Amino acid sequence: MGWVLCAALLTCVTTTGLAADISPTRFVTPNGMTVLVLEQHFLPIVEIHALIKAGSAQDPPDKAGVANLVASLLDEGTGTRSSKQLAEQIDFVGGSLGAQAGEDFTTASARTLKKDIDLGFILLADILQHPAFPKQEFERVRSQILGEIVSDNDDPGHVAIKAFNQLVFQNHPYRWPVNGTEETLNKITLADVQNFYAKEYLPNQVILTIVGDVTVEQATALVQTHFGSWKKGPGPTRSVRKPAVIDKKTVQLIEKDLTQSTIVLGHPGISRTNPDFYAVTVMNHILGAGGFSSRLMDSIRDKQGLAYGIMSHYDARAMPGSFWINLQTRTETTNQAISGVLAEMKAIREAPVSDQELAEAKSFLMGSFPLRLDSTAKLAQVLAQVEFFGLGFDYFSQYTKWIERVTKEDVLRVAKQYLDPQHYALVVVGNITKAKVRH
Amino acid sequence: MIRQSSKRYWFTRILGALLVFGPASLSMGAEPNEYQLSNGMKVLLIEVPKAPVATVQVWYRVGSRNEVMGRAGLSHMLEHMMFKGTAKYPKGSFSRIVRKNGGIDNAFTSQDFTAYFENVAADRVGLALELEADRMQGLLLDNGEFQTEREVVKEERRLRSEDDPQGALVEALFAQAFLSHPYHWPVIGWFADLDAMSLEDLQRHYDTFYSPNNATLIVVGDIKADALLPTIKHLFEPIPRGPSPKQALPQEPDQRGERRFILKREAQVPFVMMGFRVPNYSSEDSYALDILESILSHGKSSRLYQSLVYEQKNSLAVGAEYSLLQTDPGLFYFYSLVNPGAKVEAVEDALQREIVRLQNEPPSDLELQRAKNQVEASRVFEQDSNFRHAMLMGQAESVGAGWRRVDQFVERIRAVGAKDIQRVAKQYLTQDNRTVGILVPTPSKPPESNPTAVNEGKS
Repeated sequence: MGWVLCAALLTCVTTTGLAADISPTRFVTPNGMTVLVLEQHFLPIVEIHALIKAGSAQDPPDKAGVANLVASLLDEGTGTRSSKQLAEQIDFVGGSLGAQAGEDFTTASARTLKKDIDLGFILLADILQHPAFPKQEFERVRSQILGEIVSDNDDPGHVAIKAFNQLVFQNHPYRWPVNGTEETLNKITLADVQNFYAKEYLPNQVILTIVGDVTVEQATALVQTHFGSWKKGPGPTRSVRKPAVIDKKTVQLIEKDLTQSTIVLGHPGISRTNPDFYAVTVMNHILGAGGFSSRLMDSIRDKQGLAYGIMSHYDARAMPGSFWINLQTRTETTNQAISGVLAEMKAIREAPVSDQELAEAKSFLMGSFPLRLDSTAKLAQVLAQVEFFGLGFDYFSQYTKWIERVTKEDVLRVAKQYLDPQHYALVVVGNITKAKVRH
Repeated sequence: MIRQSSKRYWFTRILGALLVFGPASLSMGAEPNEYQLSNGMKVLLIEVPKAPVATVQVWYRVGSRNEVMGRAGLSHMLEHMMFKGTAKYPKGSFSRIVRKNGGIDNAFTSQDFTAYFENVAADRVGLALELEADRMQGLLLDNGEFQTEREVVKEERRLRSEDDPQGALVEALFAQAFLSHPYHWPVIGWFADLDAMSLEDLQRHYDTFYSPNNATLIVVGDIKADALLPTIKHLFEPIPRGPSPKQALPQEPDQRGERRFILKREAQVPFVMMGFRVPNYSSEDSYALDILESILSHGKSSRLYQSLVYEQKNSLAVGAEYSLLQTDPGLFYFYSLVNPGAKVEAVEDALQREIVRLQNEPPSDLELQRAKNQVEASRVFEQDSNFRHAMLMGQAESVGAGWRRVDQFVERIRAVGAKDIQRVAKQYLTQDNRTVGILVPTPSKPPESNPTAVNEGKS
């Protein structure tokens, strides 16, 4: 049994040939639903994963939180099953059923053992097609979300990101938290929920991904049986939103009696379909997403001992998301940490990354690709998103090639273009008085 | 971990101070191939060909339970230092090499064990094994590195406890429930203990506990056990056997009366926790306790959710957890994130009512069967991820249960009856056996300067 220790820098191209074997069956039903099926027979489990192309970005103005409320209420009662009955039925077989809203889309899924696949389809079809939105559940769930919003204010990270999103996105819908705010939630009516559902939850707005111990034939039949009579409707129009722009440095300091400062620094970023996505991924990996191989980790945690967690991230969504660097450091070293972050942002724009950094980043991204696909749950999510973003199913064989093609010059170019150490939003949550932030 | 939904954007060095696992067990799918090397190291290899990936994990039987008062946090500190280099792979190279080879590496420390893992493509397993074998006894402890890394650990403590009201409450609860047993102190340690630590402490801890005879190697994924074993022997068998540290600890004395405490912190909502002293996996009662946990807390149809969240609406989130796979008897605990509009007393009463209900009336056949179905289904879902599969085996081995026990668990679960549930509820969930901790939010101090000053500077 042999193995390879990659001492040489440039020869570490890892094999991901087998990831290219991911070739789902894709078809569109007469009522417009896109269906993806991937057979995985190793374990007798099935994941039925619906992606509805509507999220908090489609919340009505002044009513942030509608999409999330709709998602939260799907399993709180249908035409034939009460909230409790739905819970009892899925729990009895040891499965799971739930829905979650994000900014660009909502996911609703059922996960069961193979033997309970019919029940999984029945329940998921029921909550997607016949949610009842009972008034008492609406009031209860709304009250619960309000409570969660209050509780989230105990998490300085959460407080920081909320403030950061408002500064970066300004009037863009990504400004609002997915679960809304206390103010907007109190304005939402049951009619808002029903209207959003009626407008957005259509079969032609859904990507249904089925992964697990089921054949394509079986899956096709189940889809026809349980979703075949769902009526197609006019797809809602999406207006083109101008991406947010930051034209000057903006600082927000939020006082909280803590021993650490939570720092978020960043600005608008890119969308998932930006052709520079792969070059940006490599650049960002070197900057702050590569764990201990990244510059931010190396400098701010490893060498200076200032932080336990630090990372940089491009939230590449349907519309351009944000770029941020996030860390926590004790109050006394707040300024030092911010300086460190800005220094790294500048450095990666001023000189090309080293051959070693480039090779190692690419090697990681290519080599670790199969790890993103190593469970039915992950496969379902990735497949759905590949379809949602229109990436094409050669994605699985092409990903490594797109990464491999990125050059030092590409990295420098995207660093200059998509990183801005002059025009950014900076949020600090902590003992501001003691931190004496001077940035 | 108990924490609810709020997102945390930090790099997970440890997967929570308490690793509490579900009761999943395995009796299907790939059977582990078990071996014992001549130096005492146990090896478990599980072949899972479904994806060209594998997880390589080394579990050491050392955790915060192996520490002494005054040096709490030593095991976790040592875990951090394990990434700081050997003669062959100097500082900074370990994670870099793994990543360069497309792998992800990390580690975690609990009360009972410290575990290291690499998730890699199947053809890099040898590399991960080589790296782990090398640092098992080749770690170089450098004082400069230690000084810096100690600051990192302090930041971690600030993140998890100092600035986290719920984390602080959990810490205080364990301290109250365990007076003399090492479960008293947090895995991450206290600031004073961290400051008092020396390189000699770390070296002694490493020399005592990091030996092949105190470790279990687990590989789960696209491997062939008989082809991999020679490589493992070649890498690990030369490592000499180390000391056999005494693992038995004096028992925590019986608790003879309720303990209650208040923690006042700036917080938005109250939080209630109740811990009951219970036996671990080695007790005949562990099966009933596990089913009890399911009936109370697994899924939205469970007792606690239906009563406290759905009907009474006094909690935003509620649950019960039983630390089955622990080396020493741990806790069965309840927690509630209190709805801002509700009173803490109401939540305590509600929790107590649920306990009394289970003591006085047997659960329904439906609930009992549901709980058993959930346990059985979980064990299948667990195998969907090589990582989780290996974690479960590693934990079972490291706490002294053995991986076979996990297999047998489901068989024994099937035999649990309604009367058993009542019996264990009556025996263990008593007021005299409980420790209650309540987080009482205090109003924010009025700030000395503008609380949210937004400055738009010149570019």
